[in-house]
Parts: sequence; structure tokens; C-alpha cells
Amino acid sequence: MTRVVSAAETAPTTYSHEIRATGLKVRVGLRKMAVDGLDLSLGTGVHGLLGPNGAGKTTLIRALATVLRPAEGRLELLGSSVGGRVDLRALRRRIGYLPQEFGYYKRFTVREFVEYMAWLKEMPKRDVPAAVQRAVERVGLADRADHRMKTLSGGMVRRAGIAQAIVNDPRVLLLDEPTAGLDPAQRLRFRELLQELGTDSCVVVSTHLVEDVAAACTDVVLFADGKLVFQGTPDRLAAEGGSEHVGDSPIERGYSALLGTPGKEQGQW
Amino acid sequence: MTVEHPSGRLVERYARGDADIPADEVWAVESHLEKCAPCRARLADAGDGALVDAVWTDLAPMLDGVPQMPYRRPRVRRFHAWVTPSMVPWLIMMLVVAVVAVVFDHIAADPDQVSLVLLVAPVLPVLGVAASWSRGLDPTYEMSAATPRAGLPLLLRRTLAVLLAVIPALLVAGWDASTALWLLPCLAFTTTTLALGGLVGVTRAAVALVVVWAAVIVAPTVALNRTPLALHAGGLPVWGALVALGLVVVVVRKGAYTHLGAHR
Repeated sequence: MTRVVSAAETAPTTYSHEIRATGLKVRVGLRKMAVDGLDLSLGTGVHGLLGPNGAGKTTLIRALATVLRPAEGRLELLGSSVGGRVDLRALRRRIGYLPQEFGYYKRFTVREFVEYMAWLKEMPKRDVPAAVQRAVERVGLADRADHRMKTLSGGMVRRAGIAQAIVNDPRVLLLDEPTAGLDPAQRLRFRELLQELGTDSCVVVSTHLVEDVAAACTDVVLFADGKLVFQGTPDRLAAEGGSEHVGDSPIERGYSALLGTPGKEQGQW
Repeated sequence: MTVEHPSGRLVERYARGDADIPADEVWAVESHLEKCAPCRARLADAGDGALVDAVWTDLAPMLDGVPQMPYRRPRVRRFHAWVTPSMVPWLIMMLVVAVVAVVFDHIAADPDQVSLVLLVAPVLPVLGVAASWSRGLDPTYEMSAATPRAGLPLLLRRTLAVLLAVIPALLVAGWDASTALWLLPCLAFTTTTLALGGLVGVTRAAVALVVVWAAVIVAPTVALNRTPLALHAGGLPVWGALVALGLVVVVVRKGAYTHLGAHR
């Protein structure tokens, strides 16, 4: 049986960028601004979100996932503004999100887990089995689909998390540290999947691993202290660095050129 | 409007995959076929089926290798639409406490004795509501918070599941004039938990209310062995007003439940 393509899917888009932030500020706790005046436009493609620990990457991704309300500024997702009295439900149906601290119900099988998330995402009932099958296959867990979550290894659990994020074919896909716990072969496969997903949706991947960015991302967003430091292609980031900068690869050298030698002046490592 | 259908010869050539059909004609035939069922039927008859057979022979082994996904355990799925797996142990605990309270009340038939049902009924559902919307108890809270279903409807659905488990268990004690004495405080505490939850987070609200209940009502009652004024019939209008107030606040602030803040 073929999937029925709805009119909404083929309708022309009415926005220039899937994600548009202007002067965006997001508060964490009572005082700290984790995202502090961010101007950012992200279109279709894979965007690597790089930055030191505590730069505000997770807060930014949470704000993009609409679970944190912006304190100031404007955030537009898929052409509709978040933060006002907007209907979040319609917007959230087109967002996929994998949080950094990713929990699951241990007694669920992979299939039940992804099905449950598909239900939470209000997918039409008759589409769910096929969509779940597709998502589970795309992350390479088809042979484990009926195993309970608690029997899976760390890397497989991560992949189940990626499966639930992509089950609704999101236009905006937000992945917070998705490669943590994946072995090198799985990471290669994951990069392929990222490139595939990035052809027709806006994928934002937060990561520490610079080599993931170099291999899979069409665009790098460098983020420090809640502010945008750099946005451009991986090649342009590599061009920023010279031989005097710290790092093993051109992109790492570009990274340290833009952020300074990370942490050294603060007496950390 | 009259529609031009492609000639039988053209459909045949198209079905054979002839390379010498001009591109604009192929385009016209294809766009017509998409819209015209009778012509699709002609197309199906026209070809010798070799192409379809070839595709099918390639596809069939792959289909056998892929496990097809029927819905598993539909009853379990429907259950989890109301009760998350992390709520189950809490619901069982609440049921046990409710049954114990009812049994104790029956054994101690002394009319002067303070009813245990009266003391535990208000806080029992509060625990279940907290478990359904808690950062610490629900491992998937952040993922589910970002889904379209998250928000007040889902929270109310889970709350209703909690009430539907607790209230019948307490009703075993009997349905009489004193039922309202515990039922209204029970509902009042539930709606207040939800209302405060929108402001400070459901877990915090639940903990605060349980502490207040223990300090203000339970402790003096146990110390003096006398049913407190709040639980006499005279207190009923106040409890009723609290139920209504809680509901109003919940509805007015319904947007708050779609964000992570309500999970604290």
C-alpha cells in the first residue's frame, strides 16, 4: 500500500527559513540568560551546532523544540511565530526532537516505544504501523524491533531515540548529542542518515565531535556564551584556522581560532 | 470540458517503455494517467506485464525479509494512552492505601474514631497526578513535553485515570451522606495541584500540598483524636469553591502545561 500524500505536504512553503531567530533570549533558572540575543536563520540542510560546554546549546535546542519559552526576541519556526498565543500543536506535529537526557520506558519494546511516541505526536492512526516500521528500519533496528528497550545496548537505545524523532517525518529535526554512545561504524551510518534527512528538512545537530560536523553537516553554527560566533560551511570554518592554532584537523583549528584556546585562560583543561 | 484520452496505440507504446515517444507526449500521457482511472485500466491491460513482473520478482524476497508491523497488543496501547508505565506502581500503591484505609474504618466501628478514609482521600490522587507529570518519575518527560499532545488535555486525561482508580476503591466503603465529606476535598486537592502545577511545577505543587495537609489537618487530628472542623459538613461549600477555583485557574493558564516548567 502506498502512502497517501496530503495536500499540506505538497503545498508551497510560505517561509524563507525553517528556523528564524531575531534577538532571541532564553532564560535558564531565574537570572542566567543561556541564549542571549541570538540572530540565526537556518534553512533546509544539516546544521551542526558546535560550542564549548555550557555555551547554551541544549537551551537553544529546547527553545527550538518549543518546550522553553523565549524570554525576549522573536522565534519563528516554519513561518509561525513561537511565544505568542500560537497553536503549538500544529507546529509540534512537524518537529522531531531527541533530548540529550533521553529516557524511555524499560518494559516497552522498540516498536511499542516508537508507536507510543507516534501517538503522542498525533499521527493518523492508519499511518502509524508503516511509519514506525520505516523509522526503525532507517536507524537499523528492524531486527531488534520486538526486543524490550532494557535489553538494548547504549548505542541501540540512542538509535531508538533517533527513530522516535524521525517517525513523523519532521520538517524540523532537533538532535541534542545524538552520537553519544554510538560506535564508529554506527556513527558513519548515522552521518549518512543525517545527509539523507537533510535533503528535504532542516536538521539541527548539537555535538561535541568536530569530525561529525565536518563529515555530515552542510552548515556549522558556532555558539559560545549564548551568542552566535560563526555561521558558515565547514570549509569556511576550516579556513579560519592557521597552523598557530590548537587542533588536529583544519576544522578543529578553525574552532580554536574563533573561540580562542578553549578554557586555557580560565585555568581549566 | 471535454478530456482528450491518449490513443490505444500511444498507451501501448508507453506501457512498452518505447524511447521514441516525444518528451512532451510522455509528460502529457503521465499527467493524464494520474487523473484518469479508465486510462489506467487500459494501461494495465496494454502491457504484457513483463515490467511489473520484473519489479515484483526483485521486490518479493525483500518483502519476505522485512517483518511487517501489525499493531501489537492493542489493549496495552490503549491503556498507555491513559496511564504511563511510570504511573503504574504509584497507582497500585494508592489502591493498596485506599483499601487499607477502608478496611481500618470498617474494623474500628467506634463512632468517635476519626475516619482514616477522610484523612487519606484528599492526598491520594495528588501523588498519582505528580507521578504522571514529573521530571523525576517519568523518564520520557522531556520528549513527551515536546509532542503536540503534551499540555492540558494529556494532563487531564492522566488525572482522570488516577481519579477513576482511586475513587471507586474508596467508594467500596459505602455510598452515604458522608461520601461528600471525603470526595469534595479529594477533588479540591486534585484541581489545586493542577492549578499550582501550572505556576511552580506539578511535582512541587504536590509535595507542598501533601506537607500542608499533613501539618494542618493530619497532625492535629491524630494528636487530639477529633475530626477537624474542615472535614465537617460545614466545610463542604469551601471545598466546593476550591474545586471550582482550581478548575478556573487551570483553564485560564492552560498554555503553561505545554512547557517544561510544569514538569518541575
